[in-house]
Amino acid sequence: MSVLAILEQRSGVFHRMSLETLAVAQQIARDAGWPAAAAVLGDAVAELAGQAAGYSLDRVYAVEHPLLGVYTPDGYCAALEALIRRAGPRLVLFPHTYQARDFAPKLAARFGAVLVSDAIGYRMEEGRPVLVRQLFQGKLNADVRFTAGPPWFGSLQAGAGRADALEAGAAAVERFTPELNAAMIRTQPGEPFQEEAATVDLAAAEMIVAVGRGIKEKDNLPVVERLARALGAELAASRPVCDNGWLPMERQVGSSGQTVAPKLYIAVGISGAIQHLVGMKGAKTIVAINRDPDAPIFEVADYGIAADLFEVVPALAEAIEKARTP
Amino acid sequence: MKIVVAVKQVPARDAVLRVAGDGRWIQQADLAYEINEPDAYALEAGLQLKEKHGGEVVALTVGPAGAAQTVREALAKGADRGIHIEEADALAFDSLGVARLMAAALAPEKPDLVLTGLQSDDLGYGQTGVLLAELMGLPHATIIMQVEVRDGSIRVKRELEQGWFQLVDLPLPALLAIQSGISKLRYATLMGIKRARMKEVRRLTAAELGVSAAPGAEIARVYPPARVKQTEMLSGSAQEVAARLVERLRFQARVL
Repeated sequence: MSVLAILEQRSGVFHRMSLETLAVAQQIARDAGWPAAAAVLGDAVAELAGQAAGYSLDRVYAVEHPLLGVYTPDGYCAALEALIRRAGPRLVLFPHTYQARDFAPKLAARFGAVLVSDAIGYRMEEGRPVLVRQLFQGKLNADVRFTAGPPWFGSLQAGAGRADALEAGAAAVERFTPELNAAMIRTQPGEPFQEEAATVDLAAAEMIVAVGRGIKEKDNLPVVERLARALGAELAASRPVCDNGWLPMERQVGSSGQTVAPKLYIAVGISGAIQHLVGMKGAKTIVAINRDPDAPIFEVADYGIAADLFEVVPALAEAIEKARTP
Repeated sequence: MKIVVAVKQVPARDAVLRVAGDGRWIQQADLAYEINEPDAYALEAGLQLKEKHGGEVVALTVGPAGAAQTVREALAKGADRGIHIEEADALAFDSLGVARLMAAALAPEKPDLVLTGLQSDDLGYGQTGVLLAELMGLPHATIIMQVEVRDGSIRVKRELEQGWFQLVDLPLPALLAIQSGISKLRYATLMGIKRARMKEVRRLTAAELGVSAAPGAEIARVYPPARVKQTEMLSGSAQEVAARLVERLRFQARVL
């Protein structure tokens, strides 16, 4: 009975959130006095399993099968169902990636369990982990406890753990070959592709002015463009702005866009859903301008202005233009 | 093609939320509600597929009596009929429980395609679709940007992380969780609203469906998030806050 972290990889490289999840698994294992283990899936994962075995873990499962070379929800679920039935973990943790979202709930359901997804942290209560997650796009937090099981299933948002807190060690690698056949896999995935080469590199920008739903319509964009120009900043956006086609997708910051860490990040009319926050909370100085004083963006901001952006942003652009004029 | 779209009613985006007296949910009295935005995109995708390939769109919801409004809105936009699984207690069923209710209601329907939004703006578990597919024995794909119907199968464009995409082929029947923002949402027309009144909405209960609430996880406590940073809130006229902010960015944060 242990904590089992399911590590995500692509082309032989761990997803960065995998190691964060592994760090949380180690920590819960320490808190609860359980062993921690990890699993890596693929057609040949000896090298990655070897990497994972360099951390303080009881065991690393190398789950290998030719049909696991390409991710499919059917293949991954069947393989992990078999592994979990054999290894009997108490708690199974996933990074809350697009891939985990695609199969982890299905896997949990095979054990009659519900996945507590998108957790941002945990605490121990009566020897059990209670997962902390956000509700209402980050406006409120909730403690969620398991009321049935084990096994318990949870997935962790980016930043829930710290990869640099991983404890080194030497784990045994156990090869596990699930019984899979091609008929079990109903979907046929194609090769990943990109639409077009990106022309802006937000990750390299020193300053970013990001605009959200609060801008209301495309015709209002000059308001923030002027501020970006005054600062010499790149213009970025939250998902809804790009979804509406007001700015190109490549300017999107957040879990489905780019992750940025500029010196200055000015969030204009962005409420601060977790999907956006994970992409920008590493910025050195964060300014938030939003009408709603309860908007979650203020929780990560160094400076907050709870006011109408259409009044504040022009005034701010003017003040910066003045300050920059010798 | 018979298309079922699962829609959920959630508190309006700009609603002020207060923690309920028992500390386990929000105060629901006087709250304004709206259709969960990701589900509005799923509905739009369903309506467009129907326009192209014929058939019918069935709007399915699980929620209290007031959630009937969300079904009506879907009917006004062009869905042909509705199924409302009435459940007053928002927390009695966890995601798996809700999916079990939906699967039981859809068993006699035998849809060709089931569509859901990617996640809800209230609980945000993002798993109803995947669970429903598992319970109905359907193949699924999530974060779908485009749907192309072929002979007995579909080809979808699925969003991966960091600006990557992939095409996936699935046999029908299947379930898709639709990404937000993939097309422009339509408004209900006056005629649509009139017609919606004539359309059938079937009401079902958990008891009728033979599904009992057996949550595997529950919300123990709801609370406002702790501030990560010491945020300095600036107030005053627009000119005053602009001047204060510029001063702080120059001399405190030293980024200007």
